[in-house]
Amino acid sequence: MKKKQDILLKGIGASPGIVIGNIFHYKDEYTNIKEISISEKDIEKEIERLKTALKKSELEITKILQFAKEKLPEHQLRIFDAQILMLQDEYFINGIFMRIKSELKNAEFILTDEIRKYQEILIKTVKDDYLRERAFDVEDVKNRVIRNLNIQNLPSKIESSVIIVAKRLSPADTVIFSNNNILGYATDFGGYTSHTAILSRSLNIPCVVGLKEITEMISDDSIMILDGYGGNVIINPSEESINEYKAKLEKHRKFEISLMETSKLPPITIDKREFSVVANVEVPDELDFALSQGTDGIGLYRTEQMVIYKGSFPSEEEQYLAYRQVADKMNPRPVTFRTFDVGGDKVLPSNYQENNPFLGWRGIRISLEKPEIFLNQLRALLRASVNGNVKIMFPMISTLSEIKKAKEYVELAKKQLDEKKIPFDKDIKVGVMIEVPSAAVLANLIAKEVDFISIGTNDLIQYLLAVDRGNVLVSHLFQEFDPSVIRTVKFIIDEAHKAGQKISMCGEMAANPITTMLLIALGLDEFSVVPSRIPEIKKIIQSVTVDECKKVLENVLSMDEATTIKNYLEKSTKEKFPDFILDD
Amino acid sequence: MIEVEVTVKNRAGLHTRPAAMLVKLAGKFKCDFFIFKDGYQINGKSIIGVMTLAAEKGSTLTLMFDGEDEAEAAKEIVDLFERGFDEL
Repeated sequence: MKKKQDILLKGIGASPGIVIGNIFHYKDEYTNIKEISISEKDIEKEIERLKTALKKSELEITKILQFAKEKLPEHQLRIFDAQILMLQDEYFINGIFMRIKSELKNAEFILTDEIRKYQEILIKTVKDDYLRERAFDVEDVKNRVIRNLNIQNLPSKIESSVIIVAKRLSPADTVIFSNNNILGYATDFGGYTSHTAILSRSLNIPCVVGLKEITEMISDDSIMILDGYGGNVIINPSEESINEYKAKLEKHRKFEISLMETSKLPPITIDKREFSVVANVEVPDELDFALSQGTDGIGLYRTEQMVIYKGSFPSEEEQYLAYRQVADKMNPRPVTFRTFDVGGDKVLPSNYQENNPFLGWRGIRISLEKPEIFLNQLRALLRASVNGNVKIMFPMISTLSEIKKAKEYVELAKKQLDEKKIPFDKDIKVGVMIEVPSAAVLANLIAKEVDFISIGTNDLIQYLLAVDRGNVLVSHLFQEFDPSVIRTVKFIIDEAHKAGQKISMCGEMAANPITTMLLIALGLDEFSVVPSRIPEIKKIIQSVTVDECKKVLENVLSMDEATTIKNYLEKSTKEKFPDFILDD
Repeated sequence: MIEVEVTVKNRAGLHTRPAAMLVKLAGKFKCDFFIFKDGYQINGKSIIGVMTLAAEKGSTLTLMFDGEDEAEAAKEIVDLFERGFDEL
């Protein structure tokens, strides 16, 4: 399907949108600072040169800050405030002036050396990760001053309507480029929660990060297609690819406008069956976007993102502040926090190399063996529940005894808070994910033991079919439409309903529009999906009757192969919803 | 010269925002302002200095003010610590 001359790179879709345009390769790293001796008569000139560069840098950041104030929330502005104070820091700057005078070296060299000294202190003495991040803010200030020492004016040279390609982008770069009406960002480094990713989402600029080697693969006259939905980048696309993406873009645009209207309405079928469509999120910065997409709440908040970001388990206090912020922001909409699901393909806080991490120490198994970590998290969640809109969900449950033990810890955490007279929601709902086949088999018993159930299809499918989808040798066997998967999902939903329990699904299957009608027929109560998919799923629910969905289910249950089922669902969805953009 | 001992009360310690508040406030006064912690001394008017202190919640700092408006500076800055940088 991909044409020969296209160079396709896969990264992480950090901010949605498709753009096509010329690239601008932004280089703002000064790794080779030369040590140059100056003569005594040049001291004043050198100091003047540094003063001018500092002043200019301060003006630049002040401008960025003013501009950022219109676009970004208060807490994202502090980075710039601190940078301005650094440039005004007389103590720090006089130290540099003095060294230039006594050592007779160029300003770039002394500045770099002084900054390095501070960075070393910061990294060594500061235990807190947030504070340690400041070492990189200092780096950003240094690069700006050095650029101004060399009287370069990179950002203003950038023409509008280009895609910025860089190794990495500082927060200031990300903000200032957006002022030039640039099309998008593509970077070698960074993850979904990097500064660049978070800011570009807030600024509504399409962005793909984590492309690893894109800066090596472009030349200054390269043209690029950047797809922030799928995290794809095509360098030097063929005519066909450009046309294909242009058509996709146009379709997206029209379709999204129409969807934003229907997304404000509740997800009720034509024959008045009511569903709930909620969002899966990882970081608080996604909440605004999720709300704008018309979410009824958060069906899956992945708390392990904090662990991955920090590199260790956050304290109760850190967690409480984070959870509380999310719960307050979403109030009165419900937020389901999933307790840490580390392990598997996510960071494991241990040096022990497992042969089969997916069958190993992960999710609730770690929590139950690390009571102090588990209780910290449970107390933080309970404290954040004072609004009454917090739910707790346990991942990777494979037996009933795990649920019972986990619930005992919840009771213990409640008791500990009661003793300290700290308030929390006494009726907090506690549920589990069903993502292990043994739990699927026990769905009825589990449903009687908990307040709610959510089906995690990604893991369920890989355990059911014994396929590691990260393993290229077998990943093609990961078939979400395998008859065994459909029947298992049906079984779980039926068993939960028999026990009088409502049921949610938070895996990728719930977010795929071609399965929506099937899931409606199966009686799924709640769809928990990536925020960008909410409008489509709502639209489908609003456009169908349960009876017509039941016909789809009937047909699917008569089919015996994954590809037959997939083709059928694709075809019937396309027929009913010709405007939809379906994944390939 | 005035010397006062203070304790960091706010949860997150002297992170960027409180550090910026402290430096901005100190900058309003003419007197010298130094902070001592664990035998380490920094200039309280320097943001980079205050940040490298890495003062976490519960840590004890000695503040030293020296100059014509030292009394007023001490009063306002100690008050800022007492208020936990308005983060309590």
